[in-house]
Amino acid sequence: MVKIKTSNLNVWFDWEIALKNITLDVSENEILGIIGPSNSGKTTLLRTLNRLNELYPGSRVEGKAELDGKDIFTEVDILSLRKRVGIVFALPLPLPLSIFDNIAYGPRLHGIKKNNSLSEIVEKSLKDAALWDEVKDRLQESAFKLSGGQQQRLCIARTLAVEPEVVLYDEPCSGLDPISTLKIEEAMKKLKSNYTQILVTNNVKQSARVSDRTAFFLMGELIEVGITAEIYTAPKDKRTDDYISGRFG
Amino acid sequence: MKKKYVSGVEFFIEKAIFASGAATILFVVLIFVFLLKEGLSLFSEVSLTSFLFSKNWYPISDPPQFGILPLIMGSILVTFGAIVISVPLGVAAAVYISEVAPKSIRTFLKSGIELLAAIPSIVLGFIGIIFLAPAIRNIFNLSSGLTALAGSIMLAFMALPTIVSIIEDAIVSVPRSYKEGSLALGATHWQTIYKVILPAASSGILAAIMLGIGRVIGETMAVLMITGNAAIMPTSILQPVRTLTATIAAEMGEAVAGSSHYYALFAIGIILFIISFVINLLADMFLHRGKK
Repeated sequence: MVKIKTSNLNVWFDWEIALKNITLDVSENEILGIIGPSNSGKTTLLRTLNRLNELYPGSRVEGKAELDGKDIFTEVDILSLRKRVGIVFALPLPLPLSIFDNIAYGPRLHGIKKNNSLSEIVEKSLKDAALWDEVKDRLQESAFKLSGGQQQRLCIARTLAVEPEVVLYDEPCSGLDPISTLKIEEAMKKLKSNYTQILVTNNVKQSARVSDRTAFFLMGELIEVGITAEIYTAPKDKRTDDYISGRFG
Repeated sequence: MKKKYVSGVEFFIEKAIFASGAATILFVVLIFVFLLKEGLSLFSEVSLTSFLFSKNWYPISDPPQFGILPLIMGSILVTFGAIVISVPLGVAAAVYISEVAPKSIRTFLKSGIELLAAIPSIVLGFIGIIFLAPAIRNIFNLSSGLTALAGSIMLAFMALPTIVSIIEDAIVSVPRSYKEGSLALGATHWQTIYKVILPAASSGILAAIMLGIGRVIGETMAVLMITGNAAIMPTSILQPVRTLTATIAAEMGEAVAGSSHYYALFAIGIILFIISFVINLLADMFLHRGKK
């Protein structure tokens, strides 16, 4: 089933075009990897899908993007869109609160007040993000005391706590060591059964390890998208081949 | 190891800069020593406890009584009132300027607030006497509108520019990521402001309140004009009061140099100096705690 669908999606920042005619489907429960050099529009695509780009005064969107067949710009309320489509940013950025409160922040916003249901959500989210065992005895400590890799998993748990349907990852491992990266990749694989996930990464190999399908972006254009194994072994476009084999970018 | 200088000019400039830096500290120390020298003489005649805690300020009766408790209470009452008025206004204005207002209005408001800071306090005192005091007299049915409340309202306006600009700085320096992280979880703009941005800016807000208090408690001209200047123990904000600063300003001209009245006014100066020193220290602590 198609979860997210964009057709002829264009995004501008002031007069500069950041995404050109993107037509792309993402199926339910799949992990779509998006690779491409920086400035190719990967992050912009993610930030368009949960409408965070609108925080920049000069941004403008043309074309369509749908979630479950509903236009996200006109038919879905922006707050529920952001709840349903969660995002994990490149830098692990906890809120200046305790570990517990960081995760309870979202559920509290959406009206959950009871302490035991909050505790349940916090525990489940932390387990899903593969962080529970490391922090279960120190939930009241400041989130800033965690290591970078733990903070990033905390941010994933925070995103999961509002029970999204889609999780967007914007280069989630760019600042992390290989072991933390591995833990996050394993968490993503476990989350497959419940979530649709889009992973933007600068690390070509990460997409090969984690994603079902991979899309290659270049200068705001979608060059090609296909089953990960095919993209990596027999790309149709020469530019994809060049990028994957490290000849540029 | 001795530092080597590249040239004589280098040596001279470094020493000159050092002297300028040292001079500011030296001036503060000199002022304090001067205050102490003049003020401490009082305590050969009056004990510190009766100076601070006795309720009668009759400096020219015979025998004179130097109890500054009513003056301290006057200062506290006026300051407290001013802060109660100016802090909510200041926080709201700062949030509006930094988070809500479109760019054109933001620039306009910011220069407007800077202009408010540039109004001489005597002009505010004028406005207080002409408009505010009669209005208060009519609203509350008093015999005179020159009350602590009038002083509080006028001083609130005086403290506002300081409070707004420091809180605005604090809000602007909250990392953008906090805001995006919160919005990305489906929070509304307002939820993000009061659950994330304001708590993250809280040390700046506390510092702003402290500096606002410092500004208000040291203010003299406007309070001298509009608080009614009665050195009595205030029981309500609708009574005339007299502040520490106004007492010095009003009585210094008529106090005979070298008399105990004269020394008492300097002793009040010492108290004010200590109060503003402590307030500035606290404000500084809050600001630095926030920077960590």
